[in-house]
Amino acid sequence: MHGHDSTSSPVGRLVAQSLTGQLSRRDIMRRGAALGLSAPVIGMILSAQSRGAMAQDATPAADQETGWSIVMPEGLRTDLDGARVRAVLAAAASPDRDWLEVAIQKFNDHTGAAAEFVPGEESATDRLAIYNQQLGAQSPDNDVYQIDVIWPGIMAVHAVDLNQSLADLAALHFPRIVENNTVNGALVGMPWFTDAGLLYYRSDLLEEYGFEEPPLTWSELQEMAQTIQDGESGDNPSFRGFVWQGNAYEGLTCNGLEWQFSNGGGRIVEPDGTVTINNPQAIESFERAASWVGTISPDDVTTYNEPSTLNAFAPGNAAFMRNWPYAYSVTQAPDSPLVGMVGVTQLPMGDGEGAQHAATLGGWQMMVSKYSPNQDAAIEFVKYMCSPELEKAYTIERSHSPTIGSVYDDPEVQELQEFLARLKPVFEGGSVARPSTVTADLYNSASIAYFSRLNQILTGQADAATAVGEIEAELLDIMAELGY
Amino acid sequence: MTQRVATAPLPAPKAPGREVDLPQSSWTKARERLAWILVAPSVLVVVLVALYPLFQSFRLSFTNARFGSPRPEVYVGFDNYIRLLQDTVFHAAMQHTITFTVASVAIETVLGVVIALIINSHFTGRGVVRTSMLIPWAIPTVVSSQLWRFMYNQDNGVINDLLVYRLGILDSPVAWIANPTTSLPAIIAVDVWKTTPFMALLLLAGLQVIPGDVYEAATVDGASKWQQFWQITLPLLKPALLVALIFRTLDAFRVFDVVFVMKGTALDTITLAIYARQTMIDQQYLGRGAAASVVIFLCIALLVIIYSRLVRVEET
Repeated sequence: MHGHDSTSSPVGRLVAQSLTGQLSRRDIMRRGAALGLSAPVIGMILSAQSRGAMAQDATPAADQETGWSIVMPEGLRTDLDGARVRAVLAAAASPDRDWLEVAIQKFNDHTGAAAEFVPGEESATDRLAIYNQQLGAQSPDNDVYQIDVIWPGIMAVHAVDLNQSLADLAALHFPRIVENNTVNGALVGMPWFTDAGLLYYRSDLLEEYGFEEPPLTWSELQEMAQTIQDGESGDNPSFRGFVWQGNAYEGLTCNGLEWQFSNGGGRIVEPDGTVTINNPQAIESFERAASWVGTISPDDVTTYNEPSTLNAFAPGNAAFMRNWPYAYSVTQAPDSPLVGMVGVTQLPMGDGEGAQHAATLGGWQMMVSKYSPNQDAAIEFVKYMCSPELEKAYTIERSHSPTIGSVYDDPEVQELQEFLARLKPVFEGGSVARPSTVTADLYNSASIAYFSRLNQILTGQADAATAVGEIEAELLDIMAELGY
Repeated sequence: MTQRVATAPLPAPKAPGREVDLPQSSWTKARERLAWILVAPSVLVVVLVALYPLFQSFRLSFTNARFGSPRPEVYVGFDNYIRLLQDTVFHAAMQHTITFTVASVAIETVLGVVIALIINSHFTGRGVVRTSMLIPWAIPTVVSSQLWRFMYNQDNGVINDLLVYRLGILDSPVAWIANPTTSLPAIIAVDVWKTTPFMALLLLAGLQVIPGDVYEAATVDGASKWQQFWQITLPLLKPALLVALIFRTLDAFRVFDVVFVMKGTALDTITLAIYARQTMIDQQYLGRGAAASVVIFLCIALLVIIYSRLVRVEET
């Protein structure tokens, strides 16, 4: 009847068979890739196939209004009477923005304040540059700033000490993160949500190639990644074993710290100010990472950041991925081809002495500016946003990992964010902090010295021992400037 | 990169024998005063937006100033400059900047001359070609650099697809941007793609003022096309060529966006402008960053002096 029968073309056949349930998700991906379909197209076929099933077991959260889970914390002031609180939180295009605007509205309704959402820069580096310009000029324009976990040392001179007013609230948060926010006894930022490096793996592929458990050590990961890559690359030449962040930027500092710390190679600069980077275990861990480039990882991996890593993993072109928790919800979105095929676990560890699992600590805190004309109202706003009630709501609706232990144990969180709740040990104790508190306002210089040379090791421009010697020399210079 | 057009007039040669020492009338004095009053606003603007920041950069480059540092700002003499001389990253940045400038400007000039000659000749659809040629120049560099980044991609990029799978020139895909031996040439290629049209357009303007009758005369005298090019076109094109070279060299020497978008601050392609920005913004070392900026300023000043000498030689 129709001039063009959809089942006469291979693509049409694939779609038809998918919709009638004759093909598994894996078959669809395989055959879609073989037909040269792009990842988004395969994703569309998969989501069309799974839409019926998905609609039935969608979580109740999906139908709720934004902010449905917010419960007003007790003990907030209600006499803020139009006090302005300009809070620099997420970026303008952030998917969290709607939720934040609703939360702010509820705060205003309850306390009478006039808090408003001020969008921040998308990239953390740019954002720090702007913060430095505003705060360096002692600008009273903004009252609350969302700050990265590595900035307390840099921001300390501009921050109100929250220990004066919110010590009780701070006691509820993970001590390790509170400690990271404490500079010379002053609490620079209140922990808001946390992040940690995680290992993502394709549970379906591990099973197919006969691996029962995800890898515990880096050697196991290399072996599994190589086996799976060898098996898959016949059908899909761009399939890779392991993708991670190798570009010369802050993300490489996070990856590098995980490699060396998990191999018993210390944490670059120890909390007492000793520079420990130049040790055989750290060098060995960097050599191992360099050996991945062009074998189990693409050569391009030395230009990857988080989104490009996800671009390789999310369409099904990689067996393992190192990334932050946010990546999970992306791989499990209704239109993702990997729904139900992704496992998450802690990153592998080395084989040598002192080896242990390590995940670099990330996450964001809230700081009150010393130059704010409305410090009381701003502190009240921080008290509200970082309360157990709001952290729970942010966790449930936006799948961020809370910084308060009891939130992980909450039955509702365990039901709706099972993946995060299971990873509580990683967020609570398994994470290693970058040496940002000890290097204070020179942290960026330390990190640049580290990731620039590390990138040279990975691209083969320098051998690990020489480059590590250069990092050490630069770090010693920096520590000397700080008075160590 | 953004094309900032330098409008400073080239120093006019002094006309010999016109310096007369006659007493000036009050009328000429009044006229002179009026002239100063009229140019005062422009002078003030130049002082505020150009000279003051320049002076600040010089001043800061001799201090240890830092954004948000609790340590006091003190005068450190030439420490920042000595540090630059010893810094291997600065050496790398200088080397990449020079390589980038020489290679991109040389290729753009040769291609620009060829293209200008082609579009200066008469053929149907010339208007369309001239307009569409400018498309690479019209796309914002940040956008086109990102596009090229995708095109260079090892697994999904169109360049590897062409070279490996369609034409079979390469055996296996190359990670153009990641590989330290191909990264700088790949970036230079993007700059050539983007800026050759601009070069061609400037040279086309130069070609169009060459009168047609000199060619007719040359043809009558029996000169070949090749001889005409070397003996007529190129010498007459020289002023336009010099102006185009000045624009391009100064622009290329300050290159930032195309490299930053494609490679960030990676040490295999870092340029002077990226180095200065990283020092000043990411590391917050105002003093050291100012010293790096001053070095860029001095290099560019040197280039301007050399080129304006060339122009002056041209004029005499």
